Amino acid sequence: MAYDKFNVLRSTAVPLSIENIDTDQLIPARFLKATERVGFGDNLFRDWRYNPDNTPKEDFVLNNPIYSGKILVGGKNFGSGSSREHAAWAVYDYGFRCVVSSFFADIFKNNCLNIGVLPVQVSAEFADKIFTTILANPNTELEVDLEAQTISISGTDEKESFDISPYKKHNMLNGFDDIDYLQSIKTEIEDFATKLPF
Amino acid sequence: MSKTLFDKVWDAHVVRQIEGGPDVLFIDRHLIHEVTSPVAFLGLKSRGIKVLYPERTFATADHNTPTINQHLPVSDPLSANQLAALESNSNEYGISHWGLGHQKNGIVHVVGPEYGITQPGSTIVCGDSHTSTHGAFGAIAFGIGTSEVEMVLATQCIMQPKAKKMRINVNGKLGLGVTPKDVALFIISKLTTSGATGYFVEYAGDVFENMTMEGRMTVCNLSIEMGARGGMIAPDETTINYVKGREFSPKGEAWEKALAYYKTLKTDEGAVFDKELTFEGASIEPMITYGTNPGMGIGISQDIPDAENVEGGVATYAKSLGYMGFSEGESMIGKKVDYVFVGSCTNGRIEDFRAFASIVKGKHKADNVTAWLVPGSHIVESQIKEEGLLDIFTEAGFTLRQPGCSACLAMNDDKIPAGKYAVSTSNRNFEGRQGPGSRTLLASPLVAAAAAVTGVVTDPRTLLK
Ligand code: SF4
Repeated sequence: MAYDKFNVLRSTAVPLSIENIDTDQLIPARFLKATERVGFGDNLFRDWRYNPDNTPKEDFVLNNPIYSGKILVGGKNFGSGSSREHAAWAVYDYGFRCVVSSFFADIFKNNCLNIGVLPVQVSAEFADKIFTTILANPNTELEVDLEAQTISISGTDEKESFDISPYKKHNMLNGFDDIDYLQSIKTEIEDFATKLPF
Repeated sequence: MSKTLFDKVWDAHVVRQIEGGPDVLFIDRHLIHEVTSPVAFLGLKSRGIKVLYPERTFATADHNTPTINQHLPVSDPLSANQLAALESNSNEYGISHWGLGHQKNGIVHVVGPEYGITQPGSTIVCGDSHTSTHGAFGAIAFGIGTSEVEMVLATQCIMQPKAKKMRINVNGKLGLGVTPKDVALFIISKLTTSGATGYFVEYAGDVFENMTMEGRMTVCNLSIEMGARGGMIAPDETTINYVKGREFSPKGEAWEKALAYYKTLKTDEGAVFDKELTFEGASIEPMITYGTNPGMGIGISQDIPDAENVEGGVATYAKSLGYMGFSEGESMIGKKVDYVFVGSCTNGRIEDFRAFASIVKGKHKADNVTAWLVPGSHIVESQIKEEGLLDIFTEAGFTLRQPGCSACLAMNDDKIPAGKYAVSTSNRNFEGRQGPGSRTLLASPLVAAAAAVTGVVTDPRTLLK
């Protein structure tokens, strides 16, 4: 499904400095029963956000009104675990358009790119600076510029560049997805299929 | 130029290389299940495209299925809805569908190899991260997201950059009571859950050469738990003997041709890996996890490490131990166990049940333990019966459930209650993975058996001597 174009995102951010945040936390398996892509944002971090009786856990950052925004900043090794794209859907559906971490699990990162959430991998030092700055002032905005491949902390001189493959960058800037591309080379694929090694 | 096994299989499937972008990779076989496919089919519908090669996709229902009374209608309406969607989508697009009650139904990564869908040197994907299992056959196999499921249905290709290459050698012999699961948990404990991120791993050395296909599948299955895209083992006689004659394996002339191809599937002398690690088999003991990710494992006779000796943040470590109700420096031996789960695509094959039987035979299930023995497929279920293992289980006070993912991810009713401890042969001990608030200790079927008959964490070697 083609998605929104991503260009420059300037927003406050939600800090979640826990390491190894896995996909079962992002979206517990019992919420994977839908046959449509709707309502996943309600269950993002379900068991960290809500008590078993569905009352909000006050000490969890998503329930803290002083933090909000379209950018989620997570600890190292973000998104490890399952291939469920539902984890990325939940992040998107909740309202995040960008996740920042000093390290991402592979499949999660790929899933994000496929649905229009930009994963921004920064150095551990830069991640620390972001956490410290936001905790000191929750109104701090981050600016993510995809064209320039930079992320900066507004009100400071802190800026870092990040990597993204030129192909994925082009897709995100234009809101294209891989199926559009693959469909355009279909005859090449069909031809290839006749020449497989076995 | 010398190539690795991974290079050979990957390069043979590249349709097109994109400048500064991913490769377009042709996928030989695609496995789907009820949870990660419905939205992909919706995508196809909204774009108005067909499945390009329906004969290359196979559907089985497993994640959401009950493991008792499978002949009855599924009571959870949401689960029933997903199962129905898998069936109707498969029918509409001409895909083989092995739904609940079908003789071939079972966990996707168990039935794939059993029916010969998994072939050496092929590319296999599935919307499930443990697709890495199939790498045991020298295939490139990995988990994908739903957008990619849609891509494969539509074009039989996905777009991925080629991974870096790592080789992990384990040499020598394994000690008493040390199983393939322990080898994998040992490696993950050394690498951490992100240590192989960005890599495709080849396992090499005597330990893997001497392993059965079941054992190799267990090891490759767990590759994802150290962050790797996948793992693979070069096909040899053991592989070929397993693959030969299975329903979807090549036959006749095609088999001869395939065999010639399989024989080329090994890493050339002098091929270069981005990273190479070597361990000694003799240094591995039966493993158990104490924390909330699969990298938090120790030899069963060791103590829970102090935070300062563990990589990563102290706060994260404390949160994890707090969730588990454990403290630094404690021994795992003797800790009370409430549940034992034997099953999943990691350890739900016949060998795993043989291992479990080897310990519980002639003993009795501990009263404080609830045990769920869940075969990975109907074939495994029949083997358990034919080999007399069921009689051993019954005499020891155990019952056998019906095939499915079950408590591995607890999407069905098989949930470990909050606060309870489960020794589980599955693959993930994340918070709440086996049910909200559940506490998982990952281990081999031998460790699971030892816990099941003693009611506490027990070194299985004490029961094997
Ligand atoms: S057994 Fe567990 S890991 Fe394996 S396919 Fe099922 S849910 Fe996934």
